[in-house]
Amino acid sequence: MVDLLRRNRTATPQTSPVSSRKPPRQETFYTASQWRLIWWRFRRHRLAVVGTTVLIILILMAVFADFVAPLSPTSRSTTYVLGPPMIPVFIDDEGEFHFPPIIYGVTTERNEETLRREPKLDTSVERPLHFFVEGEPYRLWGIIESNIHLFGTPDGEPLHLLGTDNLGRDIFSRTVFALRVSLSVGLAGVFISFVIGLVIGGISGYFGGWIDFFIQRLIELIMSIPTLPLWMTLAAIVPRDWNALQSYFAITILLGLLGWTGLARDIRSKLISLREEDYIVAAQLGGSSDWRIITRHMLPAFTSYIIVAISLAFPGIILGETALSFLGFGLRPPVVSLGVLLEGGQNIRTIAQSLWVLAPTIFVILIVLAFSFMGDGLRDAADPYAEQR
Amino acid sequence: MPETLLAVRNLKKYFPVRTGWLQPAEYVRAVDDVSFTIRRGETLGLVGESGSGKTTVGRTILRAIAPTAGEIVITLSGEDSIDLAPLTRRDIRPLRQHMQMIFQDPYASLSPRMTVRDIIAEPLVAGKLASGDEIDRRVRDIAERCRLNVEHLRRFPHAFSGGQRQRIGIARALISNPSFVVCDEPVSALDVSIQAEILNLLEDLQQERGLTYLFIAHDLSVVEHISDRVAVMYLGQIVELAPTQQIFAVPHHPYTEALLSSVPEPDPHIEMQPIPLKGEIPNPVKPPSGCYFHPRCPYVQDKCRAEPPLLREYQPGHFAACHFADELQLVGRYTPPEAAADSPH
Repeated sequence: MVDLLRRNRTATPQTSPVSSRKPPRQETFYTASQWRLIWWRFRRHRLAVVGTTVLIILILMAVFADFVAPLSPTSRSTTYVLGPPMIPVFIDDEGEFHFPPIIYGVTTERNEETLRREPKLDTSVERPLHFFVEGEPYRLWGIIESNIHLFGTPDGEPLHLLGTDNLGRDIFSRTVFALRVSLSVGLAGVFISFVIGLVIGGISGYFGGWIDFFIQRLIELIMSIPTLPLWMTLAAIVPRDWNALQSYFAITILLGLLGWTGLARDIRSKLISLREEDYIVAAQLGGSSDWRIITRHMLPAFTSYIIVAISLAFPGIILGETALSFLGFGLRPPVVSLGVLLEGGQNIRTIAQSLWVLAPTIFVILIVLAFSFMGDGLRDAADPYAEQR
Repeated sequence: MPETLLAVRNLKKYFPVRTGWLQPAEYVRAVDDVSFTIRRGETLGLVGESGSGKTTVGRTILRAIAPTAGEIVITLSGEDSIDLAPLTRRDIRPLRQHMQMIFQDPYASLSPRMTVRDIIAEPLVAGKLASGDEIDRRVRDIAERCRLNVEHLRRFPHAFSGGQRQRIGIARALISNPSFVVCDEPVSALDVSIQAEILNLLEDLQQERGLTYLFIAHDLSVVEHISDRVAVMYLGQIVELAPTQQIFAVPHHPYTEALLSSVPEPDPHIEMQPIPLKGEIPNPVKPPSGCYFHPRCPYVQDKCRAEPPLLREYQPGHFAACHFADELQLVGRYTPPEAAADSPH
């Protein structure tokens, strides 16, 4: 040992062995901040990138709903009731290629079994699909007046991408507006959950002791109640004579008030594990005040985990709203949310004859999967230093 | 004899353990009545197996954790003695610049989210000891002294190896010009070749800056090289405290003898005869009766089971807590350590 010590003294290099003449690529990695490393790591997670892209598209659709939807959510067609989806095609049934894609015209036909007159697609009529066409006038966010829609037919002929419901309303347009409502319920619900979770989880983790014990048992109690009956009970308390907007707020707050438990747990456990970290002790021994330790040392380590927890909390809230509305306890018409739309599909005739009424389900699945994939990717990327130990 | 920098008297740290719902609280006696002094400029080695409470001693002295009882009196040069034990966290902050810590784990002890420059500068910034360009100048100074490349200061810790990270930790500990540094197993997480490099750096810095070290280790060979005196801890208590040469040559406590016998010999011709210790270190919640070491002691007598021994001085400066320290002929290291002989201290 002693010999080794002496020998090494002379061998000790005066500068660190890693030379500064590394290629610049390496140096960018060495000087990369936490967020850079998270981004690099997140980018490698294919599914998360796809999920995030889908999510961004859905959010843009929701924000610019009036522009994206060809029709307003309440406008009705008298001729095209429970009409099938009009899927734009590039190659028509005669094998001819079209650009822009075409949609077929509409005709009515008597169903030989039910003897009802039903709308059908008429493949002999071909109409081109155009972008940025004039259509129904609208006010975007109640401010910008316009009548330009993302796509439509130049002649103003009806265009129902996902078909129409039993009142002749365009399902695609309604879905786009429903996205806006459902995502905003999710956003507000998660925000409320997050604030409550941060405060309660923070108190629990920071004070510890019997306060922590009490809060954790309370959380277990809340978590052990089956969610759906609890939601339904609470939603039933919301007065039926409230108007659609009032009950919209009530349901949002309700979902937020019940969704905080998981977030509070995440925040508490992270706080406790952080408090024991050596570098937090080092900051304390270095003379940092409590405030400096929390803001400068703990929060930066904390934010990425909070973002993960939030993105994973979204699907729960959105599914909660959908389930409640589907059962008729949540939002009510004329508010259109994904759950409200699906409520319309609650009968055997729809499932047997016009399955497209359930098309909003696809969007529910898309949102939930996109958030989950993004959350997964973020979780893997959130601690870019874990691998290097 | 140089003056005393730090005097620890009857230090106790008990951690409550919850054994069950509404059960009376029990305590882990991590540090159980420990007293010692450290003179200015010396290195006191603190040795013990894991669970012996040595890290808790170090952290309690620096008031990273509050002691249950006892005094921690620090005498900075030209100032009055201060007892750190009763001070609040706020009151202790102005004193932090004088006493620092080097951590065992060079990975966990550096915030991965700060650049090396910010990590090293933290004690200056947090304690408002310098501002503006002076911070950068001092960071560069200390980084150079710790053999870090100043061009790498913009990097984040993930770009560095264990040994380099430990040098960053040393730079952070020394930037505020402390007089007392607790080295908490600073080399036990490192490769052997790098261990030597870090130990030499610590020694050089000590001479240059007149530092006083409390050097915690579980490895006697590391302590032998760097310490002036060595204290051996067992189950929260000091069982032997003596100058390094003396404790290696003539140990007075059977536990020290067992530790010494397990130090590997660099000479392959010498046959090692490690003394096997029976069993594990006992549960510190329910320590054994009498001498805590008696269940594992090869020389155990009836008296040991009944009566706890006191830490007594057997030779000048050589303390041991064993009823039979006088009678037992304990064996030290086979070869007298040369390092201690040509040590500059």
